Amino acid sequence: MAIPISYNIRNLKLRKGLTIMTALGIALTVTTAVFLMALLAGLQKAFVSSGDALNVLVMRKGSTAELSGGFDATLFNTLKTLPGIAKDGQGEPIASGEWVVVAVLPRKDGTGEVNVSVRGMMPAGLTLRPKAKLVEGRWFSPGQREVVVGKSIHDRFSGANVNDNLDFAKGQWKVVGIFDSGGTAYDSEIWGDLNQIAVDFDRQGGLGSAYLRATDPVAADALKNRVSDDQRLKLEGGLETDYYKKQTNSGGAIKYIGFVVAVIMAIGSSFAAMNTMYAAVAYRAREIATLRVIGFSRPSILTSFVLESLLLSLLGAAVGIILMLPFNGMSTGVGNNVTFSETVFSLHMTLGVVLIAVAFALVMGLIGGFFPAWQAARQEILTALRG
Amino acid sequence: MTLTRFVTKSAFRNKRRSILTVLSITFSLLLLTFMMTIWHGFYIDKGSTESALRLITRHRVSLTQAMPISYREKIRTITGVVAVAPTNWFGGQYKDPKPENFFAQFGTDPDEAFKVLTDFKIPADQLAAWQHDQAGVVVDSELAKKFGWKIGDRIMLQGTIYPVNLELTIRGMYTAPEPTSSVYFNQKYVEEAVAFAKGNAGTFSILADSADDVPKVAAAVDAMFHNSPQPTKTETEKAFQLGFINSIGNVKAFILSICFAVVFATLLVSANTMAMSIRERTREVAVLKTLGFTRQTILGLYIGEGVIVTLIGGVLGSLLGAGLITALTHAPGMGLFLAGMKVTGSTFLLAVFVAAMVGFLSAIVPAYHAAKVDIVEGLRYIG
Repeated sequence: MAIPISYNIRNLKLRKGLTIMTALGIALTVTTAVFLMALLAGLQKAFVSSGDALNVLVMRKGSTAELSGGFDATLFNTLKTLPGIAKDGQGEPIASGEWVVVAVLPRKDGTGEVNVSVRGMMPAGLTLRPKAKLVEGRWFSPGQREVVVGKSIHDRFSGANVNDNLDFAKGQWKVVGIFDSGGTAYDSEIWGDLNQIAVDFDRQGGLGSAYLRATDPVAADALKNRVSDDQRLKLEGGLETDYYKKQTNSGGAIKYIGFVVAVIMAIGSSFAAMNTMYAAVAYRAREIATLRVIGFSRPSILTSFVLESLLLSLLGAAVGIILMLPFNGMSTGVGNNVTFSETVFSLHMTLGVVLIAVAFALVMGLIGGFFPAWQAARQEILTALRG
Repeated sequence: MTLTRFVTKSAFRNKRRSILTVLSITFSLLLLTFMMTIWHGFYIDKGSTESALRLITRHRVSLTQAMPISYREKIRTITGVVAVAPTNWFGGQYKDPKPENFFAQFGTDPDEAFKVLTDFKIPADQLAAWQHDQAGVVVDSELAKKFGWKIGDRIMLQGTIYPVNLELTIRGMYTAPEPTSSVYFNQKYVEEAVAFAKGNAGTFSILADSADDVPKVAAAVDAMFHNSPQPTKTETEKAFQLGFINSIGNVKAFILSICFAVVFATLLVSANTMAMSIRERTREVAVLKTLGFTRQTILGLYIGEGVIVTLIGGVLGSLLGAGLITALTHAPGMGLFLAGMKVTGSTFLLAVFVAAMVGFLSAIVPAYHAAKVDIVEGLRYIG
């Protein structure tokens, strides 16, 4: 017969101080783990969901980043005529020649200057990126020193409000709008007119990259192969989504360190939980013996104590997750190896993250509870009763 | 039996509990050491005294903009400038794009590079060999160890920024005060292969004459090019490197909050144990008092007990932390994040001090209550 769980709950209540302290210890571990996992989930979202599956990104062969590209602007005319490119209302192919450059901007919170990606694009560039929605103001007009800024830029940098002027490259740029691309990498970019930006950054006559909008996924695949296989072009086409997936590497070190931190903290907490449970068993040696005398079997005592430990860790997990709630949605940046600038992402507490955290706490409780429970179940009835 | 012996004995009277506590604290302090080392490497490590004399000049707009190579000779005319060498980021791929095969590659001028990098040691014959081979490269000796390179080996760097693949021969190995994971080759090689690389420099590394000259040189360089189409920004090498770390985001807050969580969790664990073990001995305290021990002695005994347990955890933890750092530096996928980081003496001492403080704080409340206990009440106590 199983020992009712209310017995364990009452026991946890009885030794309030011990329960709270151990649960808090577990809670802190869970909070740290959730924090790190939410960080990674946000990072994943910023890169993996960036880009559009219909967009083919063209760069110079051998180039791994838009930043390091650079090919002759006349090649763009050849690219535009390739089959499979979607047409706009006027029958013009939807294609955009672009430059991605880096400007240094001061952070709003005064923590120094940071590299920011600035993208110069042709008007079709906006059509190519339907995910980016204007939240304030308007888009930049061609031929003007105007820029629109991503949401993260607006949040993190001073002078990034509509009608403000941003000071980079050779002078002032008027901010005319703010866009939101749903937490993807674009949110960390500043967009403006291709020619204006090329002039300011001394990049006239060339293009860093070109974007072609394919009519459908199959056409996108064909288009990228066509570009890469053309020996005269010396260019390489790839899906925009693949380009961003590769950049997730930027979080590699964070991933490693996060994992190590979480595991080490978990081991430490398991020992602490074990301590508490051993004490619980020692306190109740007589009680356990009495339970045995009444007729509860060894397995049911083992289960009961493991359950008690699991309850303790669940309590810890709940507190830990609650402690973490205020941080959910907080944004931070990661230095991007590909763009040499900061990509901002938000802590993202997904259901998966919460579930993993609970599982994580339960494993700690299981490890911390099993050995003491084993001891409880195995003790000699007579000696225990006498003790 | 001396008091010290008494304290050590009682610290481990419940072996299992003490060992579990020590282990729990060990892991927490391991983490603390780990985080503090990263902090130290990022923000405190000032590098060698020679490196404090180095400045980096870049285009004011950002690192991606190049400056005319003619700036080099102009910078040289500034008083307080001892040497100037162009330093160009090549950003090529060695073998494949995997992060573990990534290292920094700079194109420079072999004749002057090591006159700026005065704290980098390279044998004179190797330096001469490098200067004589335009397709030669000198590599960090630690990096050479990692990849198993020997002098005379050939390495191929596939260009990503520049459309050229460099076929380089290792002519020398240098030892830097801290591993740099960098290689230096002759920028002429790139210039001859790629038209747009000619006449440009990404950054200039400058060696100033004395510490007083450093801010003056920085100001003078930037003033010199202030009104030109390519204005500059000059800062110390350390500030330049910090700029990269800043771009990783709120690392400071991130590390601090983890450290805080760890210390607090340790305090909870240790306070828990101390409370348990002291409460159990209420009777024993009464006996000690009957024998004539004063309150102060009893307080001291219990605090000492707490400190011993956490100190052992602290020492073990920081030693393991040092091991972890070394192991992770070479882990695949880690890139250069921990390059050159080591647990320093001060980090070690700080970790041990934190451990001792945790022991002290966690023991003081229960010890105070124990010392206050009334003898008769205490003797009656049955736990």
